[in-house]
Amino acid sequence: MNSSVIVFPGSNCDRDIAVALEKMQFKNKLVWHKDTNLPKSDLIVIPGGFSYGDYLRSGAIAAKSKIINEVIKAANEGCLVLGVCNGFQILIETGLLKGALLRNKNLKFINKDVSLKVNSINNKFCKKYKLGQIIKLNIAHNEGNYFTNKDHLKELEDNNLIAFKYCDEKGFINQNSNPNGSVNNIAGIFNKNKNILGMMPHPERMIEKSVSGDDGISLFSSLLN
Amino acid sequence: MNITKEVIQKHGLTIEEFVKIKDLLQREPNILELGIFSAMWNEHCSYKSSKIHLKKLPTKNKNVIQGPGENAGIIDIGDGDAIVFKIESHNHPSFIEPYQGAATGVGGILRDVFTMGARPIALLNSIHFGSPENTKTRNLLHGVVSGIGGYGNCIGIPTVAGETKFNQTYNENILVNAMAVGLVKKNKIFYSKAKGIGKSVVYVGSKTGRDGIHGASMASAEFDDDSEEKKPTVQVGDPFTEKLLMEACLELMKDKSIISIQDMGAAGLTSSSVEMAFKGDLGMEINLDKVPCREEKMTPYEMMLSESQERMLIILEDGKENEAKKIFDKWDLDFVVIGKTIETKKLKLYYKNDIVADIPIEALSSSAPQYERKWTKTELPKKETNFKNLKKINFKESFLKIISSSNHSNKNWITEQYDQMVMCDTIQKSGSDAAIIRIHKKNKAIAVAVDSSANYCKSHPITGGKQIVCENWRNLISMGAKPIAITNCLNFGNPENQEVMGQFAETIIGIKEACEYLDYPVVSGNVSFYNGTNKKNIFPTPVIGGVGIIQKPEKNINHLFKEVGNSVLLIGKTFGHLYQSAFSNEILSINEGPPPEINLINEKNNGEFVLELIKQNLVLSVHDVSAGGTIVSLAEMSIGSSLGVKIEKPKNLNNIFEYFFGEDQGRYLIEIDKNNLEKVKELLKKNNIFHEIIGITQKDKFELAGEFSIDIKELSKINNKWYYNY
Repeated sequence: MNSSVIVFPGSNCDRDIAVALEKMQFKNKLVWHKDTNLPKSDLIVIPGGFSYGDYLRSGAIAAKSKIINEVIKAANEGCLVLGVCNGFQILIETGLLKGALLRNKNLKFINKDVSLKVNSINNKFCKKYKLGQIIKLNIAHNEGNYFTNKDHLKELEDNNLIAFKYCDEKGFINQNSNPNGSVNNIAGIFNKNKNILGMMPHPERMIEKSVSGDDGISLFSSLLN
Repeated sequence: MNITKEVIQKHGLTIEEFVKIKDLLQREPNILELGIFSAMWNEHCSYKSSKIHLKKLPTKNKNVIQGPGENAGIIDIGDGDAIVFKIESHNHPSFIEPYQGAATGVGGILRDVFTMGARPIALLNSIHFGSPENTKTRNLLHGVVSGIGGYGNCIGIPTVAGETKFNQTYNENILVNAMAVGLVKKNKIFYSKAKGIGKSVVYVGSKTGRDGIHGASMASAEFDDDSEEKKPTVQVGDPFTEKLLMEACLELMKDKSIISIQDMGAAGLTSSSVEMAFKGDLGMEINLDKVPCREEKMTPYEMMLSESQERMLIILEDGKENEAKKIFDKWDLDFVVIGKTIETKKLKLYYKNDIVADIPIEALSSSAPQYERKWTKTELPKKETNFKNLKKINFKESFLKIISSSNHSNKNWITEQYDQMVMCDTIQKSGSDAAIIRIHKKNKAIAVAVDSSANYCKSHPITGGKQIVCENWRNLISMGAKPIAITNCLNFGNPENQEVMGQFAETIIGIKEACEYLDYPVVSGNVSFYNGTNKKNIFPTPVIGGVGIIQKPEKNINHLFKEVGNSVLLIGKTFGHLYQSAFSNEILSINEGPPPEINLINEKNNGEFVLELIKQNLVLSVHDVSAGGTIVSLAEMSIGSSLGVKIEKPKNLNNIFEYFFGEDQGRYLIEIDKNNLEKVKELLKKNNIFHEIIGITQKDKFELAGEFSIDIKELSKINNKWYYNY
């Protein structure tokens, strides 16, 4: 599998996700935002961080960068695209995913391990998880409060387009287990064709049991075949 | 502009110092030159009151590669790797503008580390606020915490450990100390010493604006009622630009273009150019027309004294300009050759074809004034309170009051605002005795911690100085790390006050004694004087940041109980010292008496023994006993692990308060697997280490036999609520 990680000025999880991909035997390339050519990729990753310093609005400037046109083209042709954290914000700004990511409900940056319920496994990203499995990943963001209109929310729910929902350790999905105020506790969503996944939690931060946990591995291994 | 007495004073210089300047120049300085002298001769840059004392500190051991005097200290951690680290204060700006003050404090210390070629891998901080009841405190706390987070989160360096304390002494002068730790290959370290004549001097990074002009001078005077007016002297940070600058510098450092490099920190372009030239024993010529400016019509005075952030000065090898410029272009940063090194040992500034300043480098550096200020000793306070008669005090209530107090409650509210996980090498986040950071892609780690004990230092600076080094050492030991070296941030009041100067001098004596005995030298640091407002000085607050090495990080020792049914041992002798303790302060509102005594021999023996137990895999958890005493430390081991403990009172207990709240030093709590208990007991006996079996881990309940029992969930709630309710 060939993967490309897009690097914007201000990306800061590019190394982390590259390490995770290489560990999982992806042939990975880092692609600079000023490049106009995207290497042939089976997977494109837009990493977390503060692209362009979050100026204007998280992800807004990155969504107008040179390389992003190539990403959009590839995504529309069916290439797998994963956006994590700021990557999710960028995917929203490009219109590849619908909805909005607002300031966290408590108006503060939140970094902590959260429990997530795997909500959809019938796709290329989550097939190695079990449906309803409770996993632990790490969140780190200011703007992760997912919002969308009623019709789109219904579409997401009805078509199994919600990848992960915030829950508590026992799997209960409610306001107490919602860290940032996201509608329906949504932590990650797919596009209609399920070739694009945007998620706020960081799977690349959970690939080693002895460091922080390894619940992120199944996401990468799902993508491998 | 005429240089009047008033102008001299406004520059923070004395008349005697002005006379000295005239002598050195053999003429009157112009206003630009006066500004440059004021920037270099202020306390913050010249260390004029502290230098003679700082010289006493030990700065070497077999791991030290670079001690004080460079941008940061460096220690060897083996396998060709080295750790670069330093702590620095940003107290004055943070009080005036908490968000920007704290943010630029983080930015500044990060530059000190990546200037040396290291990629920063961890941030720590020590922040001290006034009493929570003080009307300013809430705003300052919120601002400082989001400023620290805002900068570290954006640049993508994990903020992994720290301490937050409240005391009325900081009501009008908070402390914000930031520490950065970086990783560098031993053979790829960069220094600030210039070399060679006629080499290009390059300005890189952000443009120069009018912010922070005279920031260093502000940090060299105490506050008065008009301090709010000093807002324009606070710098404004941009972590995004710093990220670009860091990546660009590290990219340029991969090949051999750089002769020397220095960040523009306090006193900006002035101090960076002077320091590089002075260390290289040569001069520098700068054409100020070339300096990239953010605003129009900036004067040479403003350019030289601006403390705009995210800027560096680089001296390049011949013919490397184009290659280097390409890298900075890639990162959309300014890259301008603004001058060159010269043989004449002078700082020569040109502007619009005129020479506007011409100062011998030595006059600005080695000839800067040094003072041996008068100081007075602090006598060891007498023990006046009698703690024997505390019958009216309820033990359980006191305990719960302490763990729910501002100083002892859980700090998740703060640490969750910091990205602690980015870079994916954080093995132990904040909340334990120290944080553990893995060396990227290697099976090796470092432990890092910061500590301070202002109450102890105020009461008796020599003991306090010793204590704080020992506590920091103990914190690293508790994580299974071998402590290697420290950095210190010495926050004190007005050095012109003899009592304050005495606190400083004696704290240094204490630090020195402990560092020498523990082979734990000081490799970098910072002195912050003039912390006070309207002649009221803060408590002496030295902050120690320590780094230790962990050879096998996969074992991951921390303070949390691991299993039910294990014995908990208290290592080290308990005398029941309550003076200057959390109990005495929080419950009895008594703050007199001496701090707990430091016995360096026991400290070292106990510490080395615990470290050996960890190495031999004989302990499951370790926690040092510090503020709040044994009972609070035991509670911390329970909360978070969700495992309880049944604590037994010792048979010949005289005074339950003294025993459980006493803050005697050199003590550790360790959890031992039942199968290893006999073996550990034998080792304790063989090594002559004083110990007591104090309890047994159990499910759900935190219990002191015969006194009280409380559900862990409830205990955790009590411990967790303060910040959320503040």
